Amino acid sequence: MQRTGRTLLVLAAVSLIAAGPPPGAISCSGCHDAAIPVGIPGIAGRPAADLQAALVGFRDGSRPATLMDRLAKGFSPEELQAIAAWWSVQK
Amino acid sequence: MTTTRRAILAAALALPAIGHAQGAARVVVIGGGFGGASAARALRRIAPAIAVTLVEPNATFTACPFSNAVIAGLRDMAAQEFTYTSVTAAGIRIIPQAAAAIDADQRRVTLADGTTLDYDRLILSPGIDLRWDGLPGYTEAAATRMPHAWKAGPQTLLLRDRLAALPDGGLVVMSVPANPYRCPPGPYERASLIAHYLKTHKPRAKLIVLDAKDAFSKQRLFQNAWKTLYPDNLEWVGLSAGGKVTEVDAGAGTVKTDFATHTPDLANIIPPQRAAAIAAIAGVADRTGWCAINPVTFESRLRPNIHVIGDAAIAGAMPKSAFAANAQAKACAQAVAELLDHLTPATPRLLNTCYSLVAPGYGISVAGVYRPANGVLADIDGAGGTSPLDAPAATREAEARYAESWFHTITTEAFG
Repeated sequence: MQRTGRTLLVLAAVSLIAAGPPPGAISCSGCHDAAIPVGIPGIAGRPAADLQAALVGFRDGSRPATLMDRLAKGFSPEELQAIAAWWSVQK
Repeated sequence: MTTTRRAILAAALALPAIGHAQGAARVVVIGGGFGGASAARALRRIAPAIAVTLVEPNATFTACPFSNAVIAGLRDMAAQEFTYTSVTAAGIRIIPQAAAAIDADQRRVTLADGTTLDYDRLILSPGIDLRWDGLPGYTEAAATRMPHAWKAGPQTLLLRDRLAALPDGGLVVMSVPANPYRCPPGPYERASLIAHYLKTHKPRAKLIVLDAKDAFSKQRLFQNAWKTLYPDNLEWVGLSAGGKVTEVDAGAGTVKTDFATHTPDLANIIPPQRAAAIAAIAGVADRTGWCAINPVTFESRLRPNIHVIGDAAIAGAMPKSAFAANAQAKACAQAVAELLDHLTPATPRLLNTCYSLVAPGYGISVAGVYRPANGVLADIDGAGGTSPLDAPAATREAEARYAESWFHTITTEAFG
């Protein structure tokens, strides 16, 4: 019997674990921390549209990058959208 | 309340019996480095009801990334050191001991003092051991004369001090092992920063890098920079040019290859490595000395309920880096929480980023994106790669700044 995490979460509403982030999203916080004033910018709580525009721009090369272009190419636009939406509601 | 409702729900859904109520699920993490500390904290964040215990004998963690800058006199050791105060404050129980044994069948860790810890799932992030049988002549005693500095701490300071005492006109020899080893670009960053030190402090001194391989991480970026920055202070000898070190003699101070015997003023020997000994004791290290894992859950291929992350794991295309250990820790914590909740873990996507300093203000990077494929973590085609070869100085300067920013962020996530 195959149950996905999300289905059971909806069914049960008692699961003690947080809803899973979209694939790849949890790696971002290795570099991006809003508390750091200089250097790599924070992403948590930034508007989803801004994050998505940046990620899609990195992916298609229209936005200048040092290495985000290399990372964004590992995701589809839909996956980047999901990552942007998830980070926009993180603290 | 929740536990009761859960139990009823579980029964209603005809789940297999839950051996331990979810609220009492126990996860033990062994190893308080980038992998273990990140995993423990991620678990607390994802599933606050899980009891998380971190087994780590050292009160202070000394970070390897940027320790090459310490060796070259560019950075204070204090900037590398972190305590576990915030880990404890996050509700994680720390056991200040080494793990002596692991019984996978009983799901039990035996500590150095003989006491035991039972777990539902174990996350093993033990890092590496240096193989004292891996290079003839290179014993633990030899390392006091020919430092490896491949575990940050006293060895880092020893190499720094020996470098500072080098006469102008002196010779430094570095030995670099074959793959796999911790931090693939690390030896080349170190070579760069030692060469920078020589160029600025002892311009007639020279570093020879003896390498057991012909190809290495960010090779063209490093070699292009060396040609420009350090033409008189750094020489790299690859495998096919006779670079493989076959024997050292710490007493005589010699470093031998099949073709030459060097007698340097200072030898930095980076020996072959394997997963730390506890991995073999637990039965999760294979004949290579490293730990094969399921790429979705990081669960050992050899023993159930033991998850292996970080440098000890065979993570396919992912390198043995602090960034990778931290990314694996978070993915593993998510999978462990889901497994303890009787859910099917989602397929992860993992990232890696490694910055290297070629000189102060001159940074380069390699990045990768990975997903489980054919049982391993595989590169995603078209993604990842290194900094451009023709990048302007402003990009190199930005990457040096981002390297600092990354270090601050990742150490904050793990320890801060």
